[in-house]
Amino acid sequence: MKTRILAAVMALGLLAGGALHAEDVKALPGDAPTNQVNAPPPVFSVNESGRVERTYRQQPPVIPHRIDRYEIDVKVNQCLRCHDWPNNVQENAPMVSATHFIDRDGNKLDKVSSQRWFCVQCHVPQADAKPLVDNTFQPAAAK
Amino acid sequence: MSNTASPRPRFAWLLAVWQLLRRPSAKFSLGFLLIIGFGAGVLFWVGFNWGLELTNNETFCRGCHEMNDNVYQEYRTTIHDQNRTGVRATCPDCHVPHEFFPKMKRKLEASNEVLHKLLGTIDTRQKFESHRIELAQHEWARMKGNDSHGCRSCHTFDNMDLTKQSPRARLRHEQAQDQGKTCIDCNKGIAHKLPAGAVEAERAFNEKWNADHGLPNTPFPANPAVSDPAATITTAPEK
Repeated sequence: MKTRILAAVMALGLLAGGALHAEDVKALPGDAPTNQVNAPPPVFSVNESGRVERTYRQQPPVIPHRIDRYEIDVKVNQCLRCHDWPNNVQENAPMVSATHFIDRDGNKLDKVSSQRWFCVQCHVPQADAKPLVDNTFQPAAAK
Repeated sequence: MSNTASPRPRFAWLLAVWQLLRRPSAKFSLGFLLIIGFGAGVLFWVGFNWGLELTNNETFCRGCHEMNDNVYQEYRTTIHDQNRTGVRATCPDCHVPHEFFPKMKRKLEASNEVLHKLLGTIDTRQKFESHRIELAQHEWARMKGNDSHGCRSCHTFDNMDLTKQSPRARLRHEQAQDQGKTCIDCNKGIAHKLPAGAVEAERAFNEKWNADHGLPNTPFPANPAVSDPAATITTAPEK
Protein backbone atom coordinates (compact mmCIF):
# COMPACT_ATOMS: atom_id res chain seq x y z
CA MET A 1 0.00 0.00 0.00
CA LYS A 2 2.81 2.30 0.94
CA THR A 3 4.58 1.75 -2.39
CA ARG A 4 1.36 2.45 -4.29
CA ILE A 5 0.91 5.82 -2.60
CA LEU A 6 4.54 6.64 -3.24
CA ALA A 7 4.19 5.71 -6.92
CA ALA A 8 1.04 7.86 -7.26
CA VAL A 9 2.74 10.84 -5.62
CA MET A 10 5.79 10.45 -7.87
CA ALA A 11 3.60 10.23 -10.99
CA LEU A 12 1.72 13.40 -9.94
CA GLY A 13 4.99 15.15 -9.25
CA LEU A 14 6.31 14.23 -12.67
CA LEU A 15 3.17 15.49 -14.39
CA ALA A 16 3.18 18.77 -12.44
CA GLY A 17 6.89 19.23 -13.06
CA GLY A 18 6.44 18.62 -16.76
CA ALA A 19 3.58 21.12 -16.99
CA LEU A 20 5.50 23.70 -14.94
CA HIS A 21 8.74 23.57 -16.95
CA ALA A 22 7.53 22.81 -20.48
CA GLU A 23 7.60 26.48 -21.45
CA ASP A 24 11.02 27.15 -19.92
CA VAL A 25 12.79 24.39 -21.83
CA LYS A 26 14.53 25.57 -24.96
CA ALA A 27 15.89 23.22 -27.57
CA LEU A 28 19.60 23.59 -28.23
CA PRO A 29 19.14 25.07 -31.73
CA GLY A 30 16.91 27.79 -30.24
CA ASP A 31 13.91 28.79 -32.33
CA ALA A 32 15.32 27.28 -35.49
CA PRO A 33 12.83 24.90 -37.09
CA THR A 34 13.77 21.28 -36.38
CA ASN A 35 11.78 19.74 -39.21
CA GLN A 36 14.02 21.19 -41.91
CA VAL A 37 17.37 19.86 -43.05
CA ASN A 38 20.38 22.11 -42.91
CA ALA A 39 21.96 23.12 -46.17
CA PRO A 40 24.89 20.79 -46.87
CA PRO A 41 28.29 22.36 -46.16
CA PRO A 42 30.08 23.59 -49.28
CA VAL A 43 32.49 21.17 -50.95
CA PHE A 44 35.54 22.83 -52.44
CA SER A 45 36.90 20.74 -55.26
CA VAL A 46 40.64 20.54 -55.75
CA ASN A 47 42.07 22.72 -58.51
CA GLU A 48 43.17 20.59 -61.43
CA SER A 49 44.01 23.41 -63.78
CA GLY A 50 47.66 22.57 -64.43
CA ARG A 51 50.94 23.59 -62.82
CA VAL A 52 50.79 26.40 -60.26
CA GLU A 53 53.59 28.99 -60.12
CA ARG A 54 55.55 29.21 -56.88
CA THR A 55 54.71 32.16 -54.68
CA TYR A 56 58.21 32.47 -53.28
CA ARG A 57 61.58 30.97 -54.06
CA GLN A 58 62.12 27.53 -52.45
CA GLN A 59 58.40 27.04 -51.94
CA PRO A 60 57.57 23.34 -52.26
CA PRO A 61 55.48 23.23 -55.47
CA VAL A 62 51.79 22.65 -54.81
CA ILE A 63 50.05 19.59 -56.26
CA PRO A 64 47.73 20.55 -59.15
CA HIS A 65 45.50 17.46 -58.89
CA ARG A 66 43.49 15.34 -56.48
CA ILE A 67 45.42 12.91 -54.30
CA ASP A 68 42.69 11.70 -51.95
CA ARG A 69 42.84 8.04 -53.05
CA TYR A 70 46.63 7.78 -53.27
CA GLU A 71 48.32 5.42 -50.85
CA ILE A 72 51.34 6.86 -49.04
CA ASP A 73 52.42 4.57 -46.25
CA VAL A 74 55.41 2.58 -45.10
CA LYS A 75 54.91 0.03 -47.92
CA VAL A 76 54.02 2.13 -50.95
CA ASN A 77 54.16 5.72 -52.14
CA GLN A 78 51.82 6.11 -55.08
CA CYS A 79 53.07 9.62 -55.89
CA LEU A 80 56.35 8.04 -56.93
CA ARG A 81 54.53 5.83 -59.45
CA CYS A 82 54.52 8.86 -61.79
CA HIS A 83 56.95 11.35 -60.25
CA ASP A 84 59.97 9.13 -59.56
CA TRP A 85 62.50 8.34 -62.25
CA PRO A 86 62.15 6.51 -64.66
CA ASN A 87 58.35 6.41 -64.55
CA ASN A 88 58.10 10.20 -64.90
CA VAL A 89 59.43 9.85 -68.46
CA GLN A 90 56.61 7.66 -69.74
CA GLU A 91 53.96 9.39 -67.61
CA ASN A 92 55.14 12.85 -68.72
CA ALA A 93 55.12 14.02 -65.10
CA PRO A 94 57.56 16.42 -63.40
CA MET A 95 60.34 14.48 -61.70
CA VAL A 96 61.02 14.59 -57.97
CA SER A 97 63.67 17.26 -57.34
CA ALA A 98 67.28 16.07 -57.38
CA THR A 99 67.65 17.36 -53.81
CA HIS A 100 65.31 14.54 -52.71
CA PHE A 101 67.93 11.96 -53.69
CA ILE A 102 70.37 13.30 -51.09
CA ASP A 103 70.00 12.36 -47.45
CA ARG A 104 70.73 14.71 -44.56
CA ASP A 105 74.37 13.55 -44.37
CA GLY A 106 74.95 14.54 -47.98
CA ASN A 107 75.03 10.98 -49.36
CA LYS A 108 73.77 10.73 -52.93
CA LEU A 109 71.20 7.93 -53.18
CA ASP A 110 69.69 5.91 -56.04
CA LYS A 111 66.20 6.17 -54.62
CA VAL A 112 64.25 9.00 -53.05
CA SER A 113 65.60 9.52 -49.53
CA SER A 114 63.43 8.10 -46.77
CA GLN A 115 63.46 11.55 -45.16
CA ARG A 116 61.51 12.77 -48.22
CA TRP A 117 59.13 9.80 -48.38
CA PHE A 118 55.96 11.49 -47.12
CA CYS A 119 55.32 13.97 -49.93
CA VAL A 120 52.31 15.66 -48.34
CA GLN A 121 54.41 16.94 -45.45
CA CYS A 122 55.42 19.76 -47.82
CA HIS A 123 53.43 19.37 -51.05
CA VAL A 124 49.66 19.86 -50.91
CA PRO A 125 46.77 20.15 -53.36
CA GLN A 126 44.93 23.49 -53.58
CA ALA A 127 41.18 23.99 -53.17
CA ASP A 128 39.32 27.07 -54.33
CA ALA A 129 38.16 27.80 -50.78
CA LYS A 130 37.97 31.27 -49.26
CA PRO A 131 40.57 31.60 -46.47
CA LEU A 132 39.02 31.70 -42.99
CA VAL A 133 41.43 34.47 -42.00
CA ASP A 134 42.44 37.32 -44.31
CA ASN A 135 46.00 37.03 -45.55
CA THR A 136 48.14 40.02 -46.48
CA PHE A 137 51.05 37.99 -47.88
CA GLN A 138 52.69 39.53 -50.95
CA PRO A 139 55.03 37.40 -53.05
CA ALA A 140 58.60 38.73 -52.94
CA ALA A 141 59.52 37.37 -56.36
CA ALA A 142 59.20 39.87 -59.19
CA LYS A 143 56.37 38.82 -61.48
CA MET B 1 34.66 -64.19 -69.77
CA SER B 2 33.12 -65.20 -66.45
CA ASN B 3 33.55 -63.15 -63.29
CA THR B 4 35.15 -66.00 -61.34
CA ALA B 5 37.88 -66.37 -63.97
CA SER B 6 38.75 -62.66 -63.77
CA PRO B 7 42.23 -61.95 -62.36
CA ARG B 8 40.76 -58.86 -60.58
CA PRO B 9 37.48 -59.97 -58.96
CA ARG B 10 37.50 -56.76 -56.88
CA PHE B 11 36.42 -54.75 -59.94
CA ALA B 12 33.97 -57.35 -61.24
CA TRP B 13 30.99 -55.12 -60.30
CA LEU B 14 32.35 -52.37 -62.56
CA LEU B 15 32.27 -54.77 -65.45
CA ALA B 16 28.70 -55.77 -64.58
CA VAL B 17 27.61 -52.10 -64.54
CA TRP B 18 29.31 -51.49 -67.88
CA GLN B 19 27.55 -54.51 -69.40
CA LEU B 20 24.19 -53.33 -68.03
CA LEU B 21 24.74 -49.86 -69.54
CA ARG B 22 25.69 -51.34 -72.90
CA ARG B 23 22.61 -53.58 -73.19
CA PRO B 24 19.53 -51.93 -74.76
CA SER B 25 16.57 -51.71 -72.43
CA ALA B 26 14.02 -54.50 -72.98
CA LYS B 27 11.54 -53.11 -70.44
CA PHE B 28 11.23 -49.30 -70.86
CA SER B 29 10.18 -47.46 -74.00
CA LEU B 30 12.55 -45.04 -75.67
CA GLY B 31 10.13 -42.17 -74.92
CA PHE B 32 10.11 -42.99 -71.21
CA LEU B 33 13.90 -43.16 -71.09
CA LEU B 34 14.15 -39.84 -72.99
CA ILE B 35 11.78 -38.09 -70.57
CA ILE B 36 13.65 -39.48 -67.55
CA GLY B 37 16.97 -38.43 -69.10
CA PHE B 38 15.68 -34.97 -69.92
CA GLY B 39 14.29 -34.46 -66.41
CA ALA B 40 17.51 -35.65 -64.81
CA GLY B 41 19.46 -33.34 -67.13
CA VAL B 42 17.42 -30.31 -66.09
CA LEU B 43 17.86 -31.18 -62.41
CA PHE B 44 21.61 -31.63 -62.88
CA TRP B 45 21.96 -28.31 -64.71
CA VAL B 46 19.95 -26.40 -62.11
CA GLY B 47 22.00 -27.99 -59.33
CA PHE B 48 25.23 -27.16 -61.14
CA ASN B 49 24.31 -23.51 -61.60
CA TRP B 50 23.00 -23.28 -58.06
CA GLY B 51 26.34 -24.56 -56.76
CA LEU B 52 28.14 -22.13 -59.04
CA GLU B 53 26.15 -19.16 -57.74
CA LEU B 54 26.62 -20.29 -54.16
CA THR B 55 30.41 -20.14 -54.57
CA ASN B 56 30.37 -16.91 -56.59
CA ASN B 57 29.32 -14.19 -54.17
CA GLU B 58 30.81 -11.94 -51.52
CA THR B 59 29.51 -14.01 -48.59
CA PHE B 60 31.33 -17.09 -49.88
CA CYS B 61 34.53 -15.16 -50.59
CA ARG B 62 34.52 -13.69 -47.11
CA GLY B 63 34.00 -17.16 -45.69
CA CYS B 64 37.71 -17.60 -45.05
CA HIS B 65 39.54 -15.24 -42.72
CA GLU B 66 42.35 -14.78 -45.28
CA MET B 67 39.98 -12.82 -47.52
CA ASN B 68 37.80 -11.34 -44.78
CA ASP B 69 40.59 -9.92 -42.60
CA ASN B 70 42.86 -8.65 -45.37
CA VAL B 71 41.45 -7.70 -48.76
CA TYR B 72 37.82 -7.30 -47.71
CA GLN B 73 38.64 -4.82 -44.93
CA GLU B 74 40.64 -2.73 -47.41
CA TYR B 75 37.87 -2.87 -49.99
CA ARG B 76 35.35 -1.46 -47.46
CA THR B 77 34.70 2.28 -48.02
CA THR B 78 36.40 2.28 -51.44
CA ILE B 79 34.32 3.59 -54.34
CA HIS B 80 33.34 0.05 -55.38
CA ASP B 81 31.85 -0.64 -51.95
CA GLN B 82 30.29 2.69 -50.94
CA ASN B 83 29.24 5.47 -53.27
CA ARG B 84 26.41 7.94 -53.69
CA THR B 85 24.18 5.60 -55.74
CA GLY B 86 24.74 2.44 -53.69
CA VAL B 87 25.61 0.25 -56.67
CA ARG B 88 28.34 -2.15 -55.61
CA ALA B 89 30.88 -4.30 -57.35
CA THR B 90 31.53 -7.34 -55.15
CA CYS B 91 34.49 -9.77 -55.26
CA PRO B 92 33.37 -12.01 -58.19
CA ASP B 93 32.31 -9.02 -60.31
CA CYS B 94 35.98 -8.12 -60.74
CA HIS B 95 37.82 -11.34 -59.95
CA VAL B 96 35.76 -14.05 -61.71
CA PRO B 97 35.22 -13.84 -65.49
CA HIS B 98 31.57 -13.50 -66.49
CA GLU B 99 31.57 -15.71 -69.61
CA PHE B 100 31.01 -19.45 -69.20
CA PHE B 101 34.29 -21.04 -70.28
CA PRO B 102 36.70 -18.48 -68.74
CA LYS B 103 34.60 -18.74 -65.57
CA MET B 104 34.96 -22.54 -65.52
CA LYS B 105 38.70 -22.17 -66.09
CA ARG B 106 39.00 -19.75 -63.17
CA LYS B 107 36.89 -22.02 -60.96
CA LEU B 108 39.21 -24.93 -61.72
CA GLU B 109 42.27 -22.78 -61.00
CA ALA B 110 40.71 -21.88 -57.67
CA SER B 111 41.23 -25.46 -56.48
CA ASN B 112 44.86 -24.37 -55.99
CA GLU B 113 43.58 -21.74 -53.56
CA VAL B 114 41.77 -24.48 -51.61
CA LEU B 115 45.08 -26.36 -51.37
CA HIS B 116 46.89 -23.30 -50.00
CA LYS B 117 44.03 -22.65 -47.59
CA LEU B 118 44.63 -26.16 -46.21
CA LEU B 119 48.40 -25.61 -46.17
CA GLY B 120 47.91 -22.29 -44.35
CA THR B 121 50.15 -20.43 -46.79
CA ILE B 122 48.70 -16.98 -45.97
CA ASP B 123 46.94 -17.63 -42.67
CA THR B 124 48.52 -14.69 -40.83
CA ARG B 125 48.76 -11.01 -41.75
CA GLN B 126 52.57 -11.27 -41.98
CA LYS B 127 52.40 -14.28 -44.30
CA PHE B 128 49.78 -12.52 -46.40
CA GLU B 129 51.87 -9.37 -46.73
CA SER B 130 54.98 -11.36 -47.64
CA HIS B 131 53.11 -13.21 -50.43
CA ARG B 132 51.20 -10.14 -51.48
CA ILE B 133 53.48 -8.98 -54.29
CA GLU B 134 53.17 -12.40 -55.95
CA LEU B 135 49.39 -12.57 -55.47
CA ALA B 136 48.96 -9.05 -56.84
CA GLN B 137 50.99 -9.88 -59.93
CA HIS B 138 48.77 -12.90 -60.63
CA GLU B 139 45.80 -10.57 -60.61
CA TRP B 140 47.55 -7.94 -62.76
CA ALA B 141 48.48 -10.63 -65.30
CA ARG B 142 44.97 -12.04 -65.36
CA MET B 143 43.37 -8.63 -65.87
CA LYS B 144 45.91 -7.52 -68.47
CA GLY B 145 45.48 -10.88 -70.23
CA ASN B 146 41.71 -10.60 -70.65
CA ASP B 147 41.75 -6.84 -71.43
CA SER B 148 40.40 -5.94 -67.97
CA HIS B 149 37.24 -7.94 -68.63
CA GLY B 150 36.10 -7.52 -65.01
CA CYS B 151 36.35 -3.71 -65.22
CA ARG B 152 34.86 -3.47 -68.68
CA SER B 153 31.79 -5.51 -67.88
CA CYS B 154 30.64 -2.26 -66.20
CA HIS B 155 33.01 0.46 -67.46
CA THR B 156 33.22 0.60 -71.25
CA PHE B 157 35.10 3.27 -73.16
CA ASP B 158 32.14 3.57 -75.55
CA ASN B 159 29.71 4.52 -72.78
CA MET B 160 32.16 6.64 -70.79
CA ASP B 161 31.24 10.34 -70.91
CA LEU B 162 34.70 11.89 -70.82
CA THR B 163 33.22 15.41 -70.57
CA LYS B 164 31.88 14.52 -67.11
CA GLN B 165 35.29 13.47 -65.84
CA SER B 166 37.86 15.66 -64.14
CA PRO B 167 40.30 17.27 -66.61
CA ARG B 168 43.13 14.93 -65.67
CA ALA B 169 41.02 11.77 -65.87
CA ARG B 170 39.67 12.92 -69.24
CA LEU B 171 43.18 13.45 -70.61
CA ARG B 172 44.49 10.13 -69.35
CA HIS B 173 41.47 8.17 -70.59
CA GLU B 174 41.80 9.75 -74.04
CA GLN B 175 45.50 8.83 -74.11
CA ALA B 176 44.71 5.29 -72.92
CA GLN B 177 42.19 4.84 -75.73
CA ASP B 178 44.64 6.13 -78.33
CA GLN B 179 47.46 3.94 -77.03
CA GLY B 180 45.24 0.86 -76.71
CA LYS B 181 45.89 0.54 -72.98
CA THR B 182 43.75 -1.57 -70.71
CA CYS B 183 42.21 -0.44 -67.39
CA ILE B 184 44.61 -2.30 -65.09
CA ASP B 185 47.63 -0.64 -66.74
CA CYS B 186 46.96 2.50 -64.69
CA ASN B 187 44.24 1.64 -62.18
CA LYS B 188 46.11 -0.67 -59.82
CA GLY B 189 45.36 -0.64 -56.12
CA ILE B 190 41.97 1.07 -56.43
CA ALA B 191 39.98 -1.42 -54.37
CA HIS B 192 42.75 -2.82 -52.16
CA LYS B 193 46.03 -1.57 -50.75
CA LEU B 194 49.14 -2.13 -52.82
CA PRO B 195 51.88 -4.58 -51.84
CA ALA B 196 55.25 -3.29 -50.66
CA GLY B 197 57.49 -2.51 -53.62
CA ALA B 198 54.50 -2.29 -55.98
CA VAL B 199 55.90 0.57 -58.07
CA GLU B 200 59.16 -1.25 -58.91
CA ALA B 201 57.30 -4.55 -59.37
CA GLU B 202 54.88 -2.90 -61.78
CA ARG B 203 57.74 -1.63 -63.94
CA ALA B 204 59.40 -5.07 -64.02
CA PHE B 205 56.03 -6.69 -64.71
CA ASN B 206 55.32 -4.40 -67.68
CA GLU B 207 58.81 -4.84 -69.12
CA LYS B 208 58.52 -8.63 -68.92
CA TRP B 209 55.03 -8.49 -70.40
CA ASN B 210 56.20 -6.37 -73.33
CA ALA B 211 59.18 -8.67 -73.93
CA ASP B 212 56.92 -11.76 -73.85
CA HIS B 213 54.42 -10.22 -76.26
CA GLY B 214 56.90 -8.63 -78.66
CA LEU B 215 55.97 -5.07 -77.66
CA PRO B 216 58.50 -2.24 -77.39
CA ASN B 217 59.55 -1.03 -73.95
CA THR B 218 59.56 2.73 -73.37
CA PRO B 219 63.16 3.97 -73.56
CA PHE B 220 64.12 6.51 -70.93
CA PRO B 221 67.10 8.84 -70.45
CA ALA B 222 69.53 8.59 -67.54
CA ASN B 223 68.33 9.72 -64.14
CA PRO B 224 69.41 13.36 -63.87
CA ALA B 225 69.54 13.12 -60.08
CA VAL B 226 72.06 10.27 -60.13
CA SER B 227 73.85 11.07 -63.38
CA ASP B 228 77.25 10.47 -61.75
CA PRO B 229 77.25 6.68 -61.15
CA ALA B 230 80.60 6.81 -59.31
CA ALA B 231 79.10 9.04 -56.65
CA THR B 232 76.03 6.87 -56.28
CA ILE B 233 75.29 4.55 -53.40
CA THR B 234 72.00 2.80 -52.75
CA THR B 235 71.80 3.26 -49.02
CA ALA B 236 73.51 5.52 -46.57
CA PRO B 237 76.65 3.96 -45.01
CA GLU B 238 76.55 2.73 -41.44
CA LYS B 239 78.06 5.13 -38.92
